[in-house]
Amino acid sequence: MNQEIYAKLTEIIKPYLPEDVDAASIAKDSHLVNDLNINSTHLVDIVLDVEDAFDITIEDDELDNMETVAASIALIEQKSENK
Amino acid sequence: MTHQEIIDKLPYTQPFLFVDTITEVSDKHIKGDYTFVDTADFYRGHFENFPVTPGVILLECMMQIGLVSLGIYLLREKNIDLKNNASVAMTENNVQFFKPVFPNEKVSVKSELEYFRFHKLKAKVKMFNQAGELVCSGIFSGILKPS
Repeated sequence: MNQEIYAKLTEIIKPYLPEDVDAASIAKDSHLVNDLNINSTHLVDIVLDVEDAFDITIEDDELDNMETVAASIALIEQKSENK
Repeated sequence: MTHQEIIDKLPYTQPFLFVDTITEVSDKHIKGDYTFVDTADFYRGHFENFPVTPGVILLECMMQIGLVSLGIYLLREKNIDLKNNASVAMTENNVQFFKPVFPNEKVSVKSELEYFRFHKLKAKVKMFNQAGELVCSGIFSGILKPS
């Protein structure tokens, strides 16, 4: 797993965590909605922040590939390579 | 799409339609007006012997013009009908109130699109009274998608 992407992604996710979820609970197999309790509409904000941070474009049908931290990293890696 | 066609496609009706006219619309913004008639039922209770438009109703008006009407316009080429095959929900707002709105006041709402992606519409919305004073201002988000 790409540690650089992981670190960057963690920073992006942090502000969207509910108050009662600690940033330390972000792990690579975390499901953003089910495990981290992130509001599903905030997923869109995370995706938009990811697009800006990594200079990539996520398509509508790729949102489902960003449900977990690990899946998001894989998608970001793939998108970054094909830039 | 005409301004009236946007209003006709709104999924609200009396007593919960808070849009009279759409005055301007583009892919980036929308403007509209509404007059709060003094016969509205909520004035009987908010407040007792001192009718003031409830803040939650002002938010609803801002949402109906600034998010839903704009969303209907942005989806004009798509087969989306909020009365049949699609739904809308406010998911977030972060606002400040500056002035009260009394019965029979006319307000205008201006909304600037931040983004509409993955079915989420986010906009900066402001409400002004007839004197041009800012009544309420904030960021609104909602989900508008096929049901």
